Amino acid sequence: MTDFSRVYDVLIIGGGNAALCAAITARRMGASVLILESAPRPFRGGNSRHVRNIRAMHDAPAVTLSDAYHEEEYWEDLLRVTGGETDERLARMTIRGTQDALPFMLDCGIRFQPSLSGTLSLSRTNAFFLGGGKSLVNALYQTAQRLGIAIAYDSEVTAMHLDDGRIGRVEATCQGFPETISAKAVVAASGGFQANIEWLKEGWGDIAENFIIRGTPYAKGKVLRNLLDQGVAKIGDPTQCHAVAIDGRAPKFDGGIVTRLDSVPFSIVVNRDGQRFYDEGEDVWPKRYAIWGRLVAQQPGQIAYSIFDSRSVPLFMPSVFPAISADSIGELAEKLGLDAVALEATVSDYNAAVQPGDFDSQRLDGCATKGLDPSKTNWARTIDTPPYIGYPLRPGITFTYLGVKVDEHAQVCLESGRRVDNLFAAGEIMAGSVLGKGYLAGFGMAIGTVFGRLAGQNAARHALAAD
Amino acid sequence: MANLDEALDALTAQAPGSCQLREDRGQGAYVDARRAIEICNACRYCEGFCAVFPAMTLRREFRDSDLDYLANLCHNCRGCFFSCQYAPPHEFGINVPKVFAELRTESYAKYAWPQPLAGLFRRNGTILSLATILAVTLILILTMALSDPAAFWGANDRSGSFYAVIPWEIMVAVAGASFGFAILALIISGFRFWRETGGGSFAQAGPLGKAAGDVLTLRNLGGGGEGCNDIDETYSSWRRIFHHFLFYGFALCFAATCVATVYDHFLGLIAPYAFLSWPVQLGFWGGIGMMIGTVGLAWVKIAADPGPAAPSVVGADFALLMLLFLTAFTGLVLLGLRATPAMGILLAVHLGTVLTLFVFAPYSKMVHGLYRSLALLRNAREQRRTSDAAAAP
Repeated sequence: MTDFSRVYDVLIIGGGNAALCAAITARRMGASVLILESAPRPFRGGNSRHVRNIRAMHDAPAVTLSDAYHEEEYWEDLLRVTGGETDERLARMTIRGTQDALPFMLDCGIRFQPSLSGTLSLSRTNAFFLGGGKSLVNALYQTAQRLGIAIAYDSEVTAMHLDDGRIGRVEATCQGFPETISAKAVVAASGGFQANIEWLKEGWGDIAENFIIRGTPYAKGKVLRNLLDQGVAKIGDPTQCHAVAIDGRAPKFDGGIVTRLDSVPFSIVVNRDGQRFYDEGEDVWPKRYAIWGRLVAQQPGQIAYSIFDSRSVPLFMPSVFPAISADSIGELAEKLGLDAVALEATVSDYNAAVQPGDFDSQRLDGCATKGLDPSKTNWARTIDTPPYIGYPLRPGITFTYLGVKVDEHAQVCLESGRRVDNLFAAGEIMAGSVLGKGYLAGFGMAIGTVFGRLAGQNAARHALAAD
Repeated sequence: MANLDEALDALTAQAPGSCQLREDRGQGAYVDARRAIEICNACRYCEGFCAVFPAMTLRREFRDSDLDYLANLCHNCRGCFFSCQYAPPHEFGINVPKVFAELRTESYAKYAWPQPLAGLFRRNGTILSLATILAVTLILILTMALSDPAAFWGANDRSGSFYAVIPWEIMVAVAGASFGFAILALIISGFRFWRETGGGSFAQAGPLGKAAGDVLTLRNLGGGGEGCNDIDETYSSWRRIFHHFLFYGFALCFAATCVATVYDHFLGLIAPYAFLSWPVQLGFWGGIGMMIGTVGLAWVKIAADPGPAAPSVVGADFALLMLLFLTAFTGLVLLGLRATPAMGILLAVHLGTVLTLFVFAPYSKMVHGLYRSLALLRNAREQRRTSDAAAAP
């Protein structure tokens, strides 16, 4: 049974990778540590349960990473995906910090495996966790337990009292019972607010009702909202979130990786009215998948359909849901609940506009349509070989960008420009400080691990100095 | 080799019940397994654990026979359960070790020969336990009724004393018949499994060395280097170690029997043999290994988190462990007490357990070794084909 009456040196709010990295680091420095994880034990770990790799800088081969991935190249990759909306100082700090992240992870019992089939392009830059995120979470919790860190599951923080520039009491509901907890320093690592549909509606309107949340249902953003309401500096656009197009049949929460659908570039995508609305072949899928969530969200009913014929089937990873297939476009429209005449017209207009070319799924092949609006600029091939196949698409939200602003010590900033004396933050709750837009595979784990360790270190230093 | 293929084809084609090996979309465990694997195939986070997941990624559609192959390739290391983001209580409720364990039992019954005996895999634990008791009792009663009481109760371990209790001819006839039948049944079952799961022709030489290495080292219980989740989320190598004790202990005991046969038939040396003789030394250390292995494996089963275990197969697992333990234990007790009046009883009991083990080799969990080995061979071939294809320009 957790002892809530004692004063802990460091209180960690959250139970994912960033939280555990902070807890372990603080404990190793000699601080007493309590972790409050809002999820019950089987769902512990937040979105870290769903992760699969970390992007790590290295000057020589390390663990499973080949060759080298220098700071400059990493930075340029980040700059490209964010379109410049990144804090260079914090970003470079994160990048450099990933060098030590792998040894730290190995030391915590996390193991790596060669990059997964279909992800060879990441084998130089990203280290994959053996067994994925849940294995990582298991290893971190085991390490935490071994070090004597107190862990309370099913414990949600309801309010933090920010008085005179420091956090005093913290109120929480622990397995249904109200508790008041005191700690000398606090690390907020409780994630974003993407599982809070009401909050998403503030930025997106009622259409957010139709969003699917790819990860944990426990990221409600209560701590984030509580802090912002008390004058903590906010960062990031509240209407921005990482949204990808996923299989429309995915569960509302926690569907994770298996709901992704990679068929878009080798298909045409139509909305509820059977009309195309964007160039499906604009670029290779890894560079475009993250815009399609927003594109689908802007369509009526927040739903779209990827339509292709049997020739495209071997070209992409299937989602976990069965393909909807039919022998004619009309029949397929019926099965998908679309207007058959409209879909037939769209497909035949598209087929008529397809120009001859050498189709090649492995590169930008230039096979395009002519005179079609919007045009399809790569991988345009007629849809004429039954069976015809359709998959429904919905916006799947991965994470939100709005967060608290931190400085280079992971210390939380106030709107006044001052710092909160004993409050540090790590992970998705502060990721907006580094990454304002876009996403780079494995960078979320980089921010979580680097800032988690930093927050834990500075929180412990603060608490131990107070003695 | 092609002739062997044809001969076995002809034999299995006539085997009763082979018409049941249809490629349908199955039911029960097959439905659960297919659903699980389709989710695994879209996730692939577990690729580094064992051979099953890379084998999965080579396929999009899973026929029943593909599932038989994958289930028998699975070594039940449980790594994929504890690292699964979709494990219960997640609504997808993925539990690959459990559905594969259930599927393996179904596949044992499906490929059993002759088919009417496939029913023995239902309630296998109970059947095997009863069969053991029955065999021991029967042999004991027959021996006591038929043998010379002076020899049965006579306290001596002179050469030939075993055969005074059970005549040599009877021992050889019963052992030969039961062992021969078991081997035949295993060959036919194994061939049917190989054919149905698309193993390909025996005629083409395969990477036998790779497969044999996988079998003998249990490489797939390595969990990508860290070991298995034997007990819980922590990694350990207990099951692998205890299985090695059991397997190599059994191999030593088997070697002891073979050496003894050579001694008897070709050298004219009649059992029992001296403690420091080859047959006794092999059997002694083999028996110790089997006891350590069986007790250890039973301990792992009892201590383990029940989450990834299939309750329906536990009975068969424990029954076989118990039978193997009894075989080793009674053999060692016989060795220790063979110069006392208890020798007659102990000999009968020991041979009762050995007989059950042989007769039930094709109808108990013993068959897992056969199908696992064939699955590993098939996997080695498949991997080589894939890497050859990747290497081709």
